Amino acid sequence: MPFKSWSAAVTAEMIILFARVVTAVRAIWDGVEPVAKKRVYFANHTSNGDFVLVWSVLPPHMRRRTRPVAAGDYWLTSRPKSFVGREVFNAVLIDRNPDTRTEDPIALMAEALDAGSSLILFPEGTRNTTDAPLLPFKSGLFHLATQRPDVDLVPVWIENLSSVMPKGEVFPVPLLCTIRFGAAMWLQDGEDKDAFLARTHAALLELGESGETG
Amino acid sequence: MSAPMEFVFLLAGVLCVLIVASMVAFTLKSRLGPDKTDPVIENLVARVNAWWAMVALLSFAMLAGRAGAVILFALLSFAAMREFLTLTAKSRADHYALAAAFYVVLPFQYYLIWIDWYGLYSIFIPVYAFLFLPIIAALRGETENFLTRVSETQWGLMICVFAGSHVPALMDLNIPGYEGKSILLIAFLVAVVQGSDVLQYVFGKLMGRHKIAPVLSPSKTWEGFLGGVLTASLLGAGLWWMTPFTMWQAFLMALMIAVMGFFGGLVMSAIKRDKGVKDWGHLIAGHGGFIDRLDSVVFSAPIFFHVVRYFWAVT
Repeated sequence: MPFKSWSAAVTAEMIILFARVVTAVRAIWDGVEPVAKKRVYFANHTSNGDFVLVWSVLPPHMRRRTRPVAAGDYWLTSRPKSFVGREVFNAVLIDRNPDTRTEDPIALMAEALDAGSSLILFPEGTRNTTDAPLLPFKSGLFHLATQRPDVDLVPVWIENLSSVMPKGEVFPVPLLCTIRFGAAMWLQDGEDKDAFLARTHAALLELGESGETG
Repeated sequence: MSAPMEFVFLLAGVLCVLIVASMVAFTLKSRLGPDKTDPVIENLVARVNAWWAMVALLSFAMLAGRAGAVILFALLSFAAMREFLTLTAKSRADHYALAAAFYVVLPFQYYLIWIDWYGLYSIFIPVYAFLFLPIIAALRGETENFLTRVSETQWGLMICVFAGSHVPALMDLNIPGYEGKSILLIAFLVAVVQGSDVLQYVFGKLMGRHKIAPVLSPSKTWEGFLGGVLTASLLGAGLWWMTPFTMWQAFLMALMIAVMGFFGGLVMSAIKRDKGVKDWGHLIAGHGGFIDRLDSVVFSAPIFFHVVRYFWAVT
C-alpha cells in the first residue's frame, strides 16, 4: 500500500478513536437500516466535527463508500487540512463562491453518486451558530434530488456536538453525542423547490425533536 | 505492589457466582424457546454478560496494583462526568470552565491520590474548584442561568471525581497490621456495594410488592431493599478475613455501605427524573451508562473511607 493511503487510513482510525473517546457517539437507526445503499445523508450543521461524527458511526464497509461534501475554500487552505479533506475523508470539495468556481457543485456530487458513493451533505450551507435549531436550506439538496431522483435522501440529526465544540473553540469538551438516522425521502412528482425544501427541512427538525422526548 | 493472595480467593468466589448466574440466565432463555423473547430475560442476559466484562476489567486493574486502580478510577470518573455534564445546564460561555473540569481538575485530583496528599485531595474540589471554576465562567460575561450552570457543574465534579476518587484513596490508608493490603479495602467496598445492587435486584424481581419511592424509581421495593441490604451485609461479614475488621465490624461496615449505596441510587434516580432520562448513558449493555453502575459506589466510598480512616488508620 502506498505511504499516502496507509497514513490516511491510520489517521482515519485515530480520528474515529478520538471522536469516540470525546463523545461516546451512538447511532440510532430510526427509519432506515445501516445497509450499503446509495444515499445522500443530509444533516444539521453546528460544528466542524459534524461529518466526522456521522462518518465514524457508519459501519466500516459503508464508511469507505461515503464521502462528505465540504467547502474547498475551507479545506484547501493548508496542507494538513488538505490531507485530511482529500486523503482521509475523500471529501467532495466544492467551491461555495459562485463567482470564482469553475465546476458546478451539483455536477460534482452527481458524479460521486454515479461512481457508487454515498454523500454526507449539510443543506444549511454553513454552520448554525444561532439559537434557531435549524437554518433554512440552500437549494443544493433540491437540485441534486432533481438530477438523481432515485437516490435515497436520509435525514440525519446530530445532537449535542455544538456543546462539545462550539464555533471558534479550539479543544472539545467530552459530552455524549447521538446521531439519529430518519426515514428516507425522495422528490415527489411535480414538487417544486420551495415545497421540497420545506418538507425535507421539517422532516429533519422533527427527527431532532423526536430525540428530545424519548 | 501487586494484589495480595486474599484478592485471588475473592476473585475465585466471584467467578463461581458469575458462572452460576450465566447458567441461570442460559436456562431461563432456553426454557423460553427459540421463538419467544422476554424483555426481562433479555436484560438479565445482557446484565450478566456485562458483569463478566466489568469483573475482568476491575481484576485486571487490581492485579496491576496501585497504578492500575488509580488509572481505572480516573477513567471511570471521566466516563461518568462525560455522562453527567451532558445533562446539566450549560452555555457556550462555560466552555473553558468545563474544559478545566475535564482536563485540569480531574487529572490533578487523581495525581493527588497517587502522591497520597490527603490534606489537598480532601479540599481541592470542594474549595479550589468550587471557587475558581465560577470565576472562569464569570469572566466570559454570560449571566443567564449562571447560578444553575456553575452549581450543576460543581455537583458533577463532586459526585463523579471527588466522591469517585475516594475509592482508590482507600489504598492510601495506613492501617497497622494491614500493611500492603489496603487495596483489599477497594475489593471489599466494590464487592459489597455491587453485591447489594445485584441482591436488591434479585429480591425485588422475585418478591418485590411494596414500592419505596414510586415517584423516583418504580423498581425499588421494600422487599428488594431489606432483602438486598441484609444479605449484602452478611456477605460483607463473610468477607471479614480480607479486611482489618472483626466479623461483626465487617457486618456493620457492609450495612453502612449498602444503605449509602441504596440512597445513592435513589438520589441519582431523582436527577434522572428531573432531566427526563431513563439511563445516564448507553455504553454498558443491560445496565445503561457508567453512572447507572457507579451511583451506589460513589455515595458509599467517601463515608467508608472516612470511617475506616478515623477508627483504624494511623494518620
